[in-house]
Amino acid sequence: MLAALIIVFREVFEAGLIVGIVLAVTRTVPRRNVWIGGGLLAGILAACVVAIFAGALSNLFAGMGQELFNATILSVAVVMLTWHNVWMARHGSELAGEMRAAGQAVVEGSKSLLALAIVVGVAVLREGSEVVLFLYGVLAGGDDRAASVALGGFAGLALGAAICMLTYFGLVRIPMRALFATTTVLIALLAAGMAAQAAAFLEKANWLTAMDNVMWDSGWILSDSSFLGRALHTLIGYTDQPTEMQLVVYLAILAITFVLMRLYGTPQKAVASSPG
Amino acid sequence: MSFPRTLSKATLFAAAALLALSAAGAANAQSATEIQLSYKDKKFDPAEITAPANTPIVIKLKNLDAKAMEFESKTLKVEKVVAGASDATINVRAQKAGRYEFFDEYNEKVARGALVVK
Repeated sequence: MLAALIIVFREVFEAGLIVGIVLAVTRTVPRRNVWIGGGLLAGILAACVVAIFAGALSNLFAGMGQELFNATILSVAVVMLTWHNVWMARHGSELAGEMRAAGQAVVEGSKSLLALAIVVGVAVLREGSEVVLFLYGVLAGGDDRAASVALGGFAGLALGAAICMLTYFGLVRIPMRALFATTTVLIALLAAGMAAQAAAFLEKANWLTAMDNVMWDSGWILSDSSFLGRALHTLIGYTDQPTEMQLVVYLAILAITFVLMRLYGTPQKAVASSPG
Repeated sequence: MSFPRTLSKATLFAAAALLALSAAGAANAQSATEIQLSYKDKKFDPAEITAPANTPIVIKLKNLDAKAMEFESKTLKVEKVVAGASDATINVRAQKAGRYEFFDEYNEKVARGALVVK
């Protein structure tokens, strides 16, 4: 039972962190629960579909279907997260300019809810299909310990939900103004980390062979299979043996986010010069 | 306000460096060592496989069980779901000499094997 709990928890942990962040980001947006809930549900359904067709998916692209599928959905999440940040850069200035209008500005934040709902769906889909395969294998196997393994699995799911709540309540303790800056940085790092993971999947599929030398091995300080390592892997894309390509992609996403936020955000000067 | 400009320049530079290095990388491509591995009744066969050091490795894994398994190795940085009664190809980058353990994540305690790189 404990083994099942650990396996399932490891998989839902990442999704739990991401959903928690998204919930905190959208905390004041009306009807966000419908969107986030929709993303969650769509992710679970998609995970079941992917689990059913796992064999067929693997066989695509000369056996590299899984890797390319993961790289694709991660890229979608990167685009959505970056778009959200750029979109919020415009609103952030409005928020800073006139606090009274803040409520109104955040209401309009529902426009970016679709982007974040997609991010939630992708996070659930990625890890969910493995949970479905594992639990299905146990339940269909019909051995005596099926019930206890299933119980462990569901306990793992509950723990993942607890991680989600912890992340959420941790973040919402931050005051509103600081919360915006914090989540902007969190989301930029999340996107950069996902982009580096997408690059890693393309490397595994041999679609990306350039710059595949390992830059360093920091596994002796913090292994990315340890608990803290896994948390940091999800949050900021930490990996103990990054390749040159992963690092370049990571930095490029951060740079692109920063430049786009400056280009499309309301000019900071106008806000700075207005009497506050 | 010149900071964004510096950053866009840095991005451009990174892109140029990337292109240059990808040309170099293509020239370096080596032929990979292919290894056959099968999985049945929660056991890898053979339980220990060997490969030469510093060349890429391709593991052809046949899952003969009806259930799905997840081939995983922390040291090789590999994680791959293999559906029941199906095959999978796992690319492993060139490794230094050493012993690299792998296992089925769904049955971590019993289903274990190792890749020995010499």
